[in-house]
Amino acid sequence: MSERLLEVDGVSKQYRLGMIGGGTLHGDLTSWFARIRGKEDPNTKIGMEHYGPNETFWALRDVSFTVDRGDALAITGRNGAGKSTILKLISRITAPTEGEIRIRGKVASLLEIGTGFHKELSGRDNIYLNGAILGMNRAETNSKIKQIIEFSEIEQFIDTPVKRYSSGMYVKLAFAVAAHLDPEVMICDEVLAVGDLTFQQKCLQKMSDIAREGRAVLYVSHNMRTVSQLCNRGLYLEKGRLAYDGTVEHAIELYGGSGERSVQQDLSDAPRPRNRGITMRMLDLHFMNTQTLEYSMDSSMEFRLKCVAHIDEPHLRIRLILKSSISTPVAMTQTEPFEVKADETFERAIRLPLDGLAPGEYVMKLSLNSATPRGGSNYYDTIQEVSRFIIVDDPAVNAGFLWSERVWGNFRLKPLEFID
Amino acid sequence: MQKSQQTHWDTVIRPRKGWFDIDLAGLFKYRDLILLMVKRNFTVLYKQTILGPAWVVIQPLLTTLVFTIIFGKVAGLPTDGMPMFVFYMGGNVCWSYFQNCLVNTSNTFIKNSDIFGKVYFPRLCMPFATIITELINFFVQFMLFLVVVLYYASRLKPTITPNWQLIALTPLLLIQLGLLGLGFGIIVSALTTKYRDLAMLVSFGVHLWMYATPVTYSTSMIAEKYPQMMGIYMLNPITPIIELFRAAYLGTEVYSYGYNLQSVIVTIVVFVIGVVLFSRIEKTFMDTV
Repeated sequence: MSERLLEVDGVSKQYRLGMIGGGTLHGDLTSWFARIRGKEDPNTKIGMEHYGPNETFWALRDVSFTVDRGDALAITGRNGAGKSTILKLISRITAPTEGEIRIRGKVASLLEIGTGFHKELSGRDNIYLNGAILGMNRAETNSKIKQIIEFSEIEQFIDTPVKRYSSGMYVKLAFAVAAHLDPEVMICDEVLAVGDLTFQQKCLQKMSDIAREGRAVLYVSHNMRTVSQLCNRGLYLEKGRLAYDGTVEHAIELYGGSGERSVQQDLSDAPRPRNRGITMRMLDLHFMNTQTLEYSMDSSMEFRLKCVAHIDEPHLRIRLILKSSISTPVAMTQTEPFEVKADETFERAIRLPLDGLAPGEYVMKLSLNSATPRGGSNYYDTIQEVSRFIIVDDPAVNAGFLWSERVWGNFRLKPLEFID
Repeated sequence: MQKSQQTHWDTVIRPRKGWFDIDLAGLFKYRDLILLMVKRNFTVLYKQTILGPAWVVIQPLLTTLVFTIIFGKVAGLPTDGMPMFVFYMGGNVCWSYFQNCLVNTSNTFIKNSDIFGKVYFPRLCMPFATIITELINFFVQFMLFLVVVLYYASRLKPTITPNWQLIALTPLLLIQLGLLGLGFGIIVSALTTKYRDLAMLVSFGVHLWMYATPVTYSTSMIAEKYPQMMGIYMLNPITPIIELFRAAYLGTEVYSYGYNLQSVIVTIVVFVIGVVLFSRIEKTFMDTV
């Protein structure tokens, strides 16, 4: 029989706009003085969108859901959909504006590991301190310290100040404490899944153990592969509202079809570096052979790019750079040079073969450039993050295993061949 | 959904409502954290200093010496007929305890915003850990002070006469000083989440405040020269505490016990305002930092 561990009941969170930030008394006084004289506030930033003191922003609006024992709940949604706000509210870092959150048992929120670690203290002292910050009392820590030290694999340095630790040892120790909290509800942000692969696996293992032992995990990540690996339920948030509560597969699909993965994108107002997009500008991008921006391995992507040119350029190229989900550049490719005339809107259909690209999530960066006589590139327009797409993993293609991006990288080379 | 009628919940998180939503039980639950924080404060404070904990002793000795030379010898301020060194030292150990409590709790939110942004625990743990740390520092200085007192009191012709009944009140005085420092400190810490410049005010404000307190002179001097100002002068809640402290260990005369009662009332008011303000701010301050 399942037991309820967490109820989020009609929770909303409102932030005030414009008025936030480290104000000074002087600033507030001059603003106030200007207001009563009916003059313009001297502290408003010129050219900034002006928010009145009563303008507010709802980061979350009337969100309700429940978590039972054994749930591994994924919270998905685009940036700014309210995922982090939910975690912050449940971990009591800030209070909701409306609604109520009810919790049974202990909640451990691992928005970060090693919180409160002090470099001057020994590993052992930090275990006690970090444990206490995370809600363990001395007796509990005493009963677990042996396991924690063993788990951390740094027994011989446990009485050395952590400032002498390598970053790997630091993370191991910090995670060892977190892993022994034994909470009823564990809240994990994706930051937890950094570090080397074994560590990442250990984190995920520990989290799925917690769910299997009849406790609950709340997990936020952009990495849909770990989400589907770990979670058995999914929420999808959109603009602060709960849009879906159900299977993790469908929550991932919803996430996949949203925002940066939309098949139709208006690029005319996308943010650009300075002095780009003036003489030539990308206007519109349309993906043709997909609905979800998910591609199977070795397939190809087809899209149509619409641009406007204000000058003649006989050797224009469309360049595409792929970055991994953590923004590391992965690969570059570009079109053949083609000619455009001034004040012409042109549209090109382009195919990108995805051969060899490993499963994972990628970000597209697009630019318009031409070759300079000295072999460099002259950029007309650049957009850093145009779209995100996914190469779906298929063990059948990979000789039966799932692709491990962090160990194997982003390219699947062709099989090694015997030449003897 | 059939289980939603269960009524027992361990934690219920609600919007910030009212002014008296204070989690004192939580503070007690996290007492181990307070003690570990105290331990951390000590370990960290004297790491990579040459003299280490000796600073606790050197500081009051040097300050007292400077006070004795400047205010006693050069300016010739009266010390109620007490030996200058012990007179200034008494005032100084009390004042520096209060000052450290105030200054070191006044940046609670700003200094700890990293931790506060990641983990929940009762935020009051931090200022309480600070005043316990300061109390321990005070005791070291206090021992030194006792040595000086014993030296003067045990001479053939004792120049000071400790008043044993009043000495019994010492723990109360220390608690009062600590709570005052904490109260003012957390009020400032709550306000600095919105107005950073209050931190500036604190750093030089306490120096000015010291001169409004009988640390480097005696209250009787004010009473003689400006008797009409005494009502205002004694509003400073620290003054009666230091007066009583000196009366206990040196045997000076207490100006009036009525002011001590007034000071206790001020302490309670400041402390309550501080805790209420702090508890209100702690729920949402992460939205403004």
